[in-house]
Amino acid sequence: MSTMTIHLKIWRQKNANDPGHFEDYTLDEVSEHMSFLEMLDVLNENLIKEGTEPVEFDYDCREGICGSCNLVINGRAHGPKHKTAVCQLHMRNYSDGDTIVIEPPRAAAFPVIKDLVVDRSAFDRIIEAGGYVSVKTGSAPEANLIPIAQDVSNESFDYATCIGCGACVAACPNSSAALFTGAKLAHLNLLPQGQPEREKRTIAMVDQMDKEGFGDCSNHGECEAVCPVGISISAIAEMRKDYLKAVI
Amino acid sequence: MPSFIEALKSQVGRKFLTGITGLLLVFFIIFHLMGNLAIFGEPNAMNEYSKFLHSLGPLLWVARAGLIIAFILHAWIGISIWWNKRKARPQKYKVYSSKGGPSKQSLSSRSMAFTGIVLLVFVVIHVNTFALGDTETITVAGEQYSDLKQLVIDTFANSALYTFGYTIVMILLGTHLGHGIWSAFVSLTMRSKKTSAIVYTVGAIFAVLLAVGFLFIPLYIYFAGGCEAALISCN
Repeated sequence: MSTMTIHLKIWRQKNANDPGHFEDYTLDEVSEHMSFLEMLDVLNENLIKEGTEPVEFDYDCREGICGSCNLVINGRAHGPKHKTAVCQLHMRNYSDGDTIVIEPPRAAAFPVIKDLVVDRSAFDRIIEAGGYVSVKTGSAPEANLIPIAQDVSNESFDYATCIGCGACVAACPNSSAALFTGAKLAHLNLLPQGQPEREKRTIAMVDQMDKEGFGDCSNHGECEAVCPVGISISAIAEMRKDYLKAVI
Repeated sequence: MPSFIEALKSQVGRKFLTGITGLLLVFFIIFHLMGNLAIFGEPNAMNEYSKFLHSLGPLLWVARAGLIIAFILHAWIGISIWWNKRKARPQKYKVYSSKGGPSKQSLSSRSMAFTGIVLLVFVVIHVNTFALGDTETITVAGEQYSDLKQLVIDTFANSALYTFGYTIVMILLGTHLGHGIWSAFVSLTMRSKKTSAIVYTVGAIFAVLLAVGFLFIPLYIYFAGGCEAALISCN
């Protein structure tokens, strides 16, 4: 098993009010089989043994499905690989002696809580504004009551795979949340169940996105490139179409 | 339900306006280039075209008003997008790079605000030089024309600054449109991936053709010596 030495430059910030700074660390004997987060676990073990504060970073499932991890690695959200969340990134993508710069997603709408952890509740508020459908509660509905064409359900499900990690905002030169909002809207707006609230939902979620202080979408398309589930910027055009239809 | 004005002020509304005004301006410069190419036609063709446009009277003013409104709106929203972007990321990344793949991020897309502001300043100078410039009145076949063609030839033949300045600005125009044409269609809700790929390529080719078309004329006049040039016949 080959091991390597990795130099790290990590953003450290005590709290929201601390201006923050970069700290340099060197890790020896990093296994190529480690995931990126396991590498950070080893760093934190070392830091704890030394009696210093470990580096705070977000994670949960470590299976690429929860969207908790969202580090910006050498200037790219989720690191160098396409359609891969940080937790699914492995150290074999790096070489002995590499220097890796790790930063939190930077956006006014995602204030830093500590080190690499940011507050993404702006996304929650966008969802709360309209990311739901009204259903009849009580008895379970008849399974085949509402027919949905295969291509429609496929497209809707493609958008539904958004895990809300915020990489789109992190990578966007304008810090726009258009891909996230577009995906969340399209996932419901394409389905028959999403029709009753379609217009109200679109207006409310676009409005909330504006209020949260994200930048405008300039169609750079960088969001699609960093999205760990590969959501297409067609979601943004879909949002625009629905919004224009709703207000005209 | 937001009012019409509120809707236009939303992120979606702003991009819609940017796209539609941008495409309108692209249509305008296509006609503008066709007019410019009249310089290679009959000796008086360019002046006849100019006279024809002026003969449209109120219609010309309607077109001018539409263009001015589209131009100001496009520039205003563009600058506000740039301003919002600065507010939306107060702390910059130490390292930042594009991930490539499906990303459309390019020198062209990243420099829209810069190229746009250069074009804004250029248009003011350009209108002042030609549309409001001093032209001689000449008589051809008993009819009077203002000699716009001679003004164009004299301006470029005698000024390296104007010729090369114009050339650089036209390269920046091409850069702006390289991202701009495709982006306008996306802002106007183009969704299909297939169409998008075609529009991106066609838009970029169009951007290059327009820039080359515009910058060829001053360079040719400058290097071929104005009325001495093989392709230009003067009155």
